[in-house]
Amino acid sequence: MTNHVTPASEQTSAQTLAEPARDRPVWRPLADILETADGFTLMLELPGVAAEDVEVSLDKRQLTIRARSQVVESDQLEPVHSEYVPGDYERAFLLSDDLDGEHIEAELKNGVLTVHVPRLAEARPRSITVKAA
Amino acid sequence: MFYRTALYPADPFAVMRRLSDSLDRMTARATSPFPPVNIWQNGEAAAITAELPGVEPGDIDIEVKDNILTLSGERKAPEHPEGASWHRRERAFGRFTRAIRLPFRLDPEKVEARFANGVLRIAVARPDEDKPRRIAIKAA
Repeated sequence: MTNHVTPASEQTSAQTLAEPARDRPVWRPLADILETADGFTLMLELPGVAAEDVEVSLDKRQLTIRARSQVVESDQLEPVHSEYVPGDYERAFLLSDDLDGEHIEAELKNGVLTVHVPRLAEARPRSITVKAA
Repeated sequence: MFYRTALYPADPFAVMRRLSDSLDRMTARATSPFPPVNIWQNGEAAAITAELPGVEPGDIDIEVKDNILTLSGERKAPEHPEGASWHRRERAFGRFTRAIRLPFRLDPEKVEARFANGVLRIAVARPDEDKPRRIAIKAA
């Protein structure tokens, strides 16, 4: 039935203290985190989520991403094969002190959320030019 | 990979369980295909959905032949500046191919695909000439 090249990761449940009130699974989205001189870029996989259903919040140093996926159900067709379960997403990250929580930018494209957290201006690496005496 | 047995003095089997669990996780990761698909069908039609986050619609190819629908494409790794360092790398990139066998012959004219928010939805209608026909029984 299938041949494949790229492996997919299993769906992992989000680690939340509170139980979700909705009767849907809450998944922990896969993430890539990249650090550059300007700051951090987080990329999270949120398939099935529209931009208006994503909530990015910052409480003290904790950056939380919550998202709801849109499910299209058909009443005429019978499910015959299932490899993933659509659900909601939740994941939180702790930001270090040298990051600027006031200027976080987030963009959703093709089911991937990219969050850019810039470094505070005073924490950025600077190069000092040496003057000839 | 090694486990410190001194951490589990009360349960000597805990080490075995942990080893078995991590082996299960490793093999599960290696055998689950990309992209994950869900399939619905009845006698008249079928619907296939696939989770393809981070794939550009132009990088997805859908082909049909007889009763097999082939979904292939490439998920390109995002560009990143030089000197950047990775703190997490959980996502996978590269080429993928999946072939799905349906219970009826496919007509390329009756296959419709839509891609939104990283989810591909393919609707397939059964061609009329492939539908089962009812034969009336004549009185002798």
